[in-house]
Amino acid sequence: MPEPLTWQIATVTAIRAETPQVSSFTLALPAWRAHRAGQHYDVRLTAPDGYRAQRSYSIASPPSRRGEVDLTIERIADGEVSPYFHDVVEVGDRVEVRGPIGGYFVWEPVLGGPLLLIAGGSGVVPLMAMLRERAAADGAAPAVLLSSARTLEDVIYRDELAALAAADRGLRLIQTLTRAQPPGWTGYDRRIDRPMLAEALAAAGAPPLAYICGPTLLVEAAANGLVELGVSPAQVRTERFGPTS
Amino acid sequence: MSDPFVSRGFTGRAHDPGDKAGRIPPGQYLTDGFPVLSAGPTPQIGLDRWAFTIEGLVAAPITWSWEQFTALPSRDWTVDISCVTKWTKLDTAWHGVSLDDLLAAVEVDPRARFVTAHSYGGYTTNLPLTDVLNNQAFVAWQYDDAPLEPAHGGPARLVVPHLYFWKSAKWVRGLRLMAEDEPGFWESLGYHNRGDPWREERYSGD
Repeated sequence: MPEPLTWQIATVTAIRAETPQVSSFTLALPAWRAHRAGQHYDVRLTAPDGYRAQRSYSIASPPSRRGEVDLTIERIADGEVSPYFHDVVEVGDRVEVRGPIGGYFVWEPVLGGPLLLIAGGSGVVPLMAMLRERAAADGAAPAVLLSSARTLEDVIYRDELAALAAADRGLRLIQTLTRAQPPGWTGYDRRIDRPMLAEALAAAGAPPLAYICGPTLLVEAAANGLVELGVSPAQVRTERFGPTS
Repeated sequence: MSDPFVSRGFTGRAHDPGDKAGRIPPGQYLTDGFPVLSAGPTPQIGLDRWAFTIEGLVAAPITWSWEQFTALPSRDWTVDISCVTKWTKLDTAWHGVSLDDLLAAVEVDPRARFVTAHSYGGYTTNLPLTDVLNNQAFVAWQYDDAPLEPAHGGPARLVVPHLYFWKSAKWVRGLRLMAEDEPGFWESLGYHNRGDPWREERYSGD
């Protein structure tokens, strides 16, 4: 039997706002274990009366960063755990976590590529861990990130993604903004559909390993669309990343 | 721990579940929605080629077509379900056939102690027979009086409501009876072999 995943008390060492509704929290872990890009941590809050709430949050940082992880958390207005992170947690606070968890929606350089990553909203978080891991690896496989957000200011990791793509001819970004587009916007302006998937598939250049993460409807549409375009279902890994309250 | 950890500034439940609190396993929260979680694309299975097979340690395997399967003795089930991703949904309404009735259609070898559910798309999950007999498990083809949607496991899914919902295999196409336990898909990827929500058996070693 594998070693149990025990709870540990992490310390928040940095908080970074990614968008108006999304922030990344750096957790220093006394019992850090190397994760695989795509995995998550469970977070547990305990109230003075003993009531406990748990949620899962994807790891955004690559495993090459030792001793700590970044969890990127979207605020869900009527939620229980995400508002705590956004409204209460400060640098220096202690948070109970365990992980890393998840053994299927994962990528590591040895799996190769090309990588076709499809994200809706905060579903980009585990995919960002893959892109960061890929950037840290030599001779990385080509990668395409097709991502959907409501508006430009809702695009998580926007500057870092642009910088990664500018420095790497093997990384292609395809962005759609479904609710509002800034003047001069050259990306897409609708929900992810068949032509977008076909473009992403062509940009991948070869049968890809596909990872899709986002709200249910987006994941269903993208996964079914890829299969209809000829991608083997066995090469399509999905994770619903519903708002986790 | 003698001095349990308390999260600074965390005051407790965001939503008071009232008299339903006793039906929510530890670490779970109530949802009114029905989240969809799957590891891969949703298989599309036409009813004309759908079939359900019981094989393995049985005197003779049996296979039902869709028409034969949905003509088996079936009933309504109202059950609470809990997903390892932390949501719990109360009073979900299904229609289907019990595993007791399915297994009564074959002669089970007395050496059989475990069952693995197999699904279209390749998913598997393992269960001890003691967790699926005595009206503890059923194969459903209706949810809320409507055909079960593909995203929720249709045409038919296994439902084992007293265990975390990954044991309730979507798109189920058969059961294999075995003498030895054999970990299924998630059970091979770090999740608990049995998955009792009331004991919080989420991950290996819990």
